[in-house]
Amino acid sequence: MPGKLKAKIVAGRHLPVMDRASDLTDAFVEVKFGNTTFKTDVCPKSLNPQWNSEWFKFEVDDEDLQDEPLQITVLDHDTYSANDAIGKVYIDIDPLLYSEAASVISGWFPIYDTIHGIRGEINVLVKVELFNDLNRFRQSSCGVKFFCTTSIPKGYRAAIVHGFVEELVVNEDPEYQWIDRIRTPRASNEARQRLIFLMSGELQRKIGLKVLEMGGNAVVGYLQCFDLEGESGLVVRAIGTACTLEKLSSGSSTHTHPNTAPASNACNSPSKDGKESPLAHGCRSTHNSPVHSACSSQRLSQNFSVSVPTLIFTDTDLSLTPKTGMGSGSMGKDAGPLKTLLRQQTQTALEQREFPFFTLTSFPSGFLLHVGGVVSARSVKLLDRIHNPDEPETRDAWWEEIRQEIKSHAKALGCHAVVGYSESTSICEEVCILSASGTAAILNPRYMREGCLDIAGSDHRFEDPSPSSCGFCHIPYDELNMPFPAQLTYCFHCRRQKVPDVLFTTIDLPSDAAIAGKGCFIQARLCRLKKKAQGEVNATAISNLLPFMEYELHTQLMNKLKLRSMNALFGLSIQISVGENMLLGLASATGVYLTALPAPGGIQIAGKTPGDLNNEQHILNIQRRINDTIAKNKELYEVNPPDLTEEVVGSPIPEPRHRSRLFRSHSESSDELSELDLSHGKKDAFVLEVDDTDAVEDIHSLLTDASPPKGFHSCNTETMPGIYNWTSALQMFTSVRVLRLSNANLTNQALNKIFTDLCENLLKSFYFKLRSMVPCCLSHLNFSVAVPEEELIQVAVTAVAMTFDKDQTQEKPVEKPITKGCSEAEEQLQFPLELCADSSSVNSQSSSKISGVPESSNLSTRDRCSTWLELLRLKAHTIRRGSVKTISSLEHSSPITEGRSRLLRSSRSFGGSSVSVVKMTPLSFLPGTRIVKYLGIINMFFIRETTSLREEGGVSGFLHSFVAEVFAMVRAHVAALGGNAVVSYSMKDCVLMENPNKNQCQCLINVSGDAVIYIRETDLEAIASTVALSSTNSDGAT
Amino acid sequence: MTVELDVFVGNTIIMSEEVYQLWLDGYTVNDAVRVRMEGGVLDEFEANTDIVLSDTMDQYRTFQMCERLLHSPTKLANQLLFQIPPHRQATLIERYYAFDDAFVREVLGKKLSKGTKKDLDDISAKTGVMLKSCRRQFDNFKRVFKVVEELKGPLVENIRQHFLLSDKLARDYAAIVFFANNRFETGKRKLQYLTFQDLAFCAGQLINNWTVGAVDNMVEDMDVDLDKEFLQELKELKVLITDKDLLDQHKSLVCTALRGKTKAFNEMEANFKNLSRGLVNIATKLTNTKDVRDFFIDLVEKFIEPCRSDRWTAADMKLYLTHYTNSAHILDTFKHQVVWDRYMGVIKSCIFKMYHD
Repeated sequence: MPGKLKAKIVAGRHLPVMDRASDLTDAFVEVKFGNTTFKTDVCPKSLNPQWNSEWFKFEVDDEDLQDEPLQITVLDHDTYSANDAIGKVYIDIDPLLYSEAASVISGWFPIYDTIHGIRGEINVLVKVELFNDLNRFRQSSCGVKFFCTTSIPKGYRAAIVHGFVEELVVNEDPEYQWIDRIRTPRASNEARQRLIFLMSGELQRKIGLKVLEMGGNAVVGYLQCFDLEGESGLVVRAIGTACTLEKLSSGSSTHTHPNTAPASNACNSPSKDGKESPLAHGCRSTHNSPVHSACSSQRLSQNFSVSVPTLIFTDTDLSLTPKTGMGSGSMGKDAGPLKTLLRQQTQTALEQREFPFFTLTSFPSGFLLHVGGVVSARSVKLLDRIHNPDEPETRDAWWEEIRQEIKSHAKALGCHAVVGYSESTSICEEVCILSASGTAAILNPRYMREGCLDIAGSDHRFEDPSPSSCGFCHIPYDELNMPFPAQLTYCFHCRRQKVPDVLFTTIDLPSDAAIAGKGCFIQARLCRLKKKAQGEVNATAISNLLPFMEYELHTQLMNKLKLRSMNALFGLSIQISVGENMLLGLASATGVYLTALPAPGGIQIAGKTPGDLNNEQHILNIQRRINDTIAKNKELYEVNPPDLTEEVVGSPIPEPRHRSRLFRSHSESSDELSELDLSHGKKDAFVLEVDDTDAVEDIHSLLTDASPPKGFHSCNTETMPGIYNWTSALQMFTSVRVLRLSNANLTNQALNKIFTDLCENLLKSFYFKLRSMVPCCLSHLNFSVAVPEEELIQVAVTAVAMTFDKDQTQEKPVEKPITKGCSEAEEQLQFPLELCADSSSVNSQSSSKISGVPESSNLSTRDRCSTWLELLRLKAHTIRRGSVKTISSLEHSSPITEGRSRLLRSSRSFGGSSVSVVKMTPLSFLPGTRIVKYLGIINMFFIRETTSLREEGGVSGFLHSFVAEVFAMVRAHVAALGGNAVVSYSMKDCVLMENPNKNQCQCLINVSGDAVIYIRETDLEAIASTVALSSTNSDGAT
Repeated sequence: MTVELDVFVGNTIIMSEEVYQLWLDGYTVNDAVRVRMEGGVLDEFEANTDIVLSDTMDQYRTFQMCERLLHSPTKLANQLLFQIPPHRQATLIERYYAFDDAFVREVLGKKLSKGTKKDLDDISAKTGVMLKSCRRQFDNFKRVFKVVEELKGPLVENIRQHFLLSDKLARDYAAIVFFANNRFETGKRKLQYLTFQDLAFCAGQLINNWTVGAVDNMVEDMDVDLDKEFLQELKELKVLITDKDLLDQHKSLVCTALRGKTKAFNEMEANFKNLSRGLVNIATKLTNTKDVRDFFIDLVEKFIEPCRSDRWTAADMKLYLTHYTNSAHILDTFKHQVVWDRYMGVIKSCIFKMYHD
């Protein structure tokens, strides 16, 4: 009996009229937990009842505390007939189970009914008394903290990052049980809501157990998803990164001092020669490519992998698909020797892990050494019709397979870990596409080895800056052994190691990366028709289409990247959705110009029929337009690479002789594919060949991609590269659009155009609606596509618009290349202070050097860079030699906070807002504020149904009010926990099923996020300034 | 290819005041889009018709969902469905309860009943205010009326508290409620020249001086009804016209005071008895509900029109009424000074306000 749950029902307000005769309601409340139910008295004839009930006490196991929600039902008492339900409130009491989080849940909750929506509000008080101490809870996993945030939460430091945790739970879907035929839609919806609440509670508890087994105390980057498999059941699955988090002691200081950074820098310092690095050896692999992806269909044992930007198809199934391209068989064959090689290295700890995956997307400096590229795997499965109790194992096996695939791709890229990892599914009838993707990377082994805990502990400063603005770009694989002809050059920063010409990743831009200009949102869209089919035939058709889609999406991305004169993509997410007669592919990413990488070449247009004068003229025109666009974009995104050197720098038009073949492909010919592989290897420009009308259209679509209007920027990452001076106004929004394709006989091209227009129009629409916020940036643009029915395309977007201070940007162009993201500007400067801690004069010198690097001329950059790196290496060694004690003692005197740095930037925060306001953002931070407490995870699932669709304003009216209601319920829960914001908010699912003919519609929405308390930085100014003072002192002392 | 569904929902309500006004004015979505485009919204941010349409639809839906809350504005502040910054809440409410003077002029003094509501299309046609907007305004009047009808205490304050309106708007609503409750006739042709603001001012005078609440704030009664006792007492004023001596004495006092001060002196002198009879008769008849309704028409017929035909200026009017009122105090046999002042104070300010073209 480890816990006592207490609930008190205080009052209700704005209740609906339940008794037509009196225009009043006789309301009472049932409070249920597990199998115990209590009731309040009836409060007769009132729409604003005051119950002021006693404390209802539930004595329960902690396991139940984790699994079960507190269920509150408001009813209208009826003497003669059955009592009518007004609505329900589900309260997840998990946040009350950790010691530091909320102690009480108290507030007004919307009373929700799946048919009528919100019907009034109820005031509830909930408390939990835990009897035993935390150690006893190991059977359950009370006390393990969950965070949706995909970075180490503010105010914590990660002592150890344990790694990947995953779990899934399967159940029958109540909607498909026999009983559903005789019960009301309301009863069915409520059964479903409750079941999913229970399942996610159970899932979270099980994940928590795994974390405890690993010795951790928290899950960061927790990602939970639902698969509505229809008749075959309901799957709730989650992945996350287990960590041991330590709360930073001082209340005012949320960030660790960067003083221990040098120890880690030693390993990823750009000055290091690849051969010297212990890691570099481990990364030798015969098959490398920046991006790997694979698809497989279970029944068909068909496998292929795609690696992009240089695209390679490797197809292990000889019978189904013609052998294409090169690099075949790379995965399986090489795993053995590779492993042996790796074993010899120091990364055994990581190697021994089943899946060295991390759901985090941003890391402390020094954690990420090198990034290989995107790895992804897809698999097409047929769902079993009959629900079978062993189901979880089947699903587990499916995911296991995919993860293995990802792991081997990472190895092929010479990497031993995958970061920014995520999983998703797309289901249509009985076909299910499982997808996983991440970024292959080499991590600092120091952080992984549990043996070196102390060092790891002190190394783990997640906000530490590192001088390695280019280290992560250096190739992790061996250039002598490249299977594909990627174009490698010496790093433009350190000139010591090789970098690829283009880098794709799924993570956020590392805070210390050196960039030029601003980032921009880049999207590739693709539709592919497919024949309607059943079962295996269908699955085969889909898996045959997948590689081509993947390929074309990458092609589009690459072209669009070049068009913007950029050379790297961050936050790449590629979504492929399956419908009955088509597949939709949507790739979103944030493009950026990394100064460590070579400047991108231009795009060249080539005609196939040289004799034709008209054609030549036409091609020239297009070429001119492309060049103009590139020039315009350079200006727009302020891409002015600091060092345009004697070395290869792409002129927009390459010499024709150097032209290699094209970048767009059709699924057909295999020789074309292999030719492609060679294409970007040699050249600095891409050649688009205008050989048919399709190509012309592609080019047109390339050029018609509108750039955001003046004053707007957009990205899909946490922070907008190149913008740092956020002001505090923000507007989170969700937008859903569904398009009905009336013409059944559309071609792929027409469909593409429609889909592209849909996405483009959505963006334009956002700009228009949010125009009053200019200058502003749409951050974390998260698109999700679905094909809910034949002929329907659904796009749902959640993002946040944040204002920034324009003037400041213009005033300080100098800092742009080095200052990072929203919070790192200060730390950036802080780093050298740490490096040269023994002499304050050197401090300032080196810091100025750092800021000087990016914009200084090429030569001096190199010089300064190297001297600076020398210095760094020296210091690093010194500090490494220094005892751990010194380091940990410094930790106490390390009050540099992110808060402070933000504070300096956001002196212009907006005026006070009223207390009840709850901000929501998909980002992990709120500009101009500091998060002082995490109150727990918000994970909610709602169903809304209507049988009077027209009366509610059609589908749009229905969904509009449902989304508003979901927001309202999230806000109410956060407020009841004592919070004033939700960070890392996301809408995971929005499943809409409509039947306008029957005037019916049903919608399911799943949202999640972290409830937090933030404090405005203006309120903290006093504290911050004292902190700043003491930090200077401590620097001097070192 | 059709857009089946299109929604955009912000965590904080997203609205433009321009679109809100169009919605309030009763524009259909398509008309509103047209108006916005003509207003040059297309020039901003590369908008096109579809984008403006989508934006307008989103806002219209939001307003429709808010409308229920706007019916009881106090709920708007503590509802959870929409997150609306306080200044936005105030704007939403104030604009929702704002009305067109042209429209209110038509229904002023009418019973706020279903019957009147049926005539709204005529009013709409006459005033050029869209029917939808007429309905909203009419329903607002009715809603406010229903709520404050039964409430005790000062009318304006009650309206302000229950509907969170600005002082100005609350006063206007008080006038509307007061007119509706007492069913003052305002629709006659002779009264057409009066604006709503003229009448609202008069209503304010009546509320402040002639209701029970006016004399004693502590009285737990309503501001909506005229003070019955006072109306009864007004009968006593009859002596001013029935007692011939008193009437002559009053006249000579007023004429002495006015002589030489105005060009219209002769007309004033000639008309004194008529005018005085008119005003006193209005006072003595106010115990009849029917005559209360005709209060304004009587004022116009019995006093304003004769003066106007004699070409009195506003200054003449002021001068005359001041002396007319004050002279009564000097009449030694006239004992009803308090009632007289309470009556004439209101009459004076009403006539000043109403005396224009």
